Amino acid sequence: MRHTDAMCTNESELQHPWWHNFKYLAVGIIFGITFVKAEVISWFRIQEMFRLHAFHMYGVIGTAVVVGAISVWLIKYFKLRTLYGEPVHFEDKKFDKGVIYGGLIFGIGWAITGACPGPLFAQIGGGFSVVAVTLLSAIAGTWTYGALRDRLPH
Amino acid sequence: MELIKLPWHWSVAGVIIGLTVPALLLLGNKKFGISSSLRHICAACLPANIPFFKYNWKKEIWNLFFVAGIAIGAFIAVNFFQNPNEVQVAEATRQALSEYGIQDYTRMLPADLFNWDNLFTWKGFIFFIVGGFLVGFGTRYAGGCTSGHSIMGLSTLQWPSLVATICFMVGGFVSTNLLMPFIFQWVK
Repeated sequence: MRHTDAMCTNESELQHPWWHNFKYLAVGIIFGITFVKAEVISWFRIQEMFRLHAFHMYGVIGTAVVVGAISVWLIKYFKLRTLYGEPVHFEDKKFDKGVIYGGLIFGIGWAITGACPGPLFAQIGGGFSVVAVTLLSAIAGTWTYGALRDRLPH
Repeated sequence: MELIKLPWHWSVAGVIIGLTVPALLLLGNKKFGISSSLRHICAACLPANIPFFKYNWKKEIWNLFFVAGIAIGAFIAVNFFQNPNEVQVAEATRQALSEYGIQDYTRMLPADLFNWDNLFTWKGFIFFIVGGFLVGFGTRYAGGCTSGHSIMGLSTLQWPSLVATICFMVGGFVSTNLLMPFIFQWVK
């Protein structure tokens, strides 16, 4: 999500040895287990959501937003710092027409594949090896966007 | 042990997913977002001199550790805490899908669709190739996906993320209710 409009996504930060990244692997593992246990990666759940036949997915996303918003508010209010003592940065998201066009395109794909990018990784890990093809195609889609970016309306 | 095998309530999942936002911020100022990983993979593997992919992706490698973790976590959950029962699906959805020939509710994706035998058929072309392409193209065009816009963006009260989320939902409703009947008729 970061830097919708930036050509370069790097920002100044502290340098750490590469193995510090394992903490993000750990967060990912908890996240992946949750995805499976709450059936967020289920193609059927996405069908239910877009047919308005069940509240489940709305409950998951709605609760996540509320918990996320309260957490962000607490971080700002108490001026919490990161593990390394840096202040926590927040960036405003910029709006351009790509948010609308891209959003609609992604929505169409989301219903077909039954997965946004996170669940794609979880479906592969969960044993649906054929989803690796979907992931490769998603990477090709991202690459195509990068190649055509200057010619697309934003 | 039985309890851990049953599917979790939506509120439990929502709380854990929501807590990912502060966890990543406090661990190292990382913004929750998953579709960026696809961009980093492009930058790492095939930048092809495209300005959009010319950046130091190694500084963003945490994101690739994170998505690798998601795959590992899913592997653990499926192999050790798997729900032995059929997946839960609303009866109305079941009825609608049965018209499309979807019968298999043993796993979280219908085995009728998501198997290697379908890869070189129109089914595979639509559900893997076209679907995946739209996800990868659309998320980057929109500047984020469900995690970056709908959860991180809405949590930080960003109005562009609200627009994005509404567009995701509109696209999904149109796709499911208007396009899918045609798709299934075609690939049957």
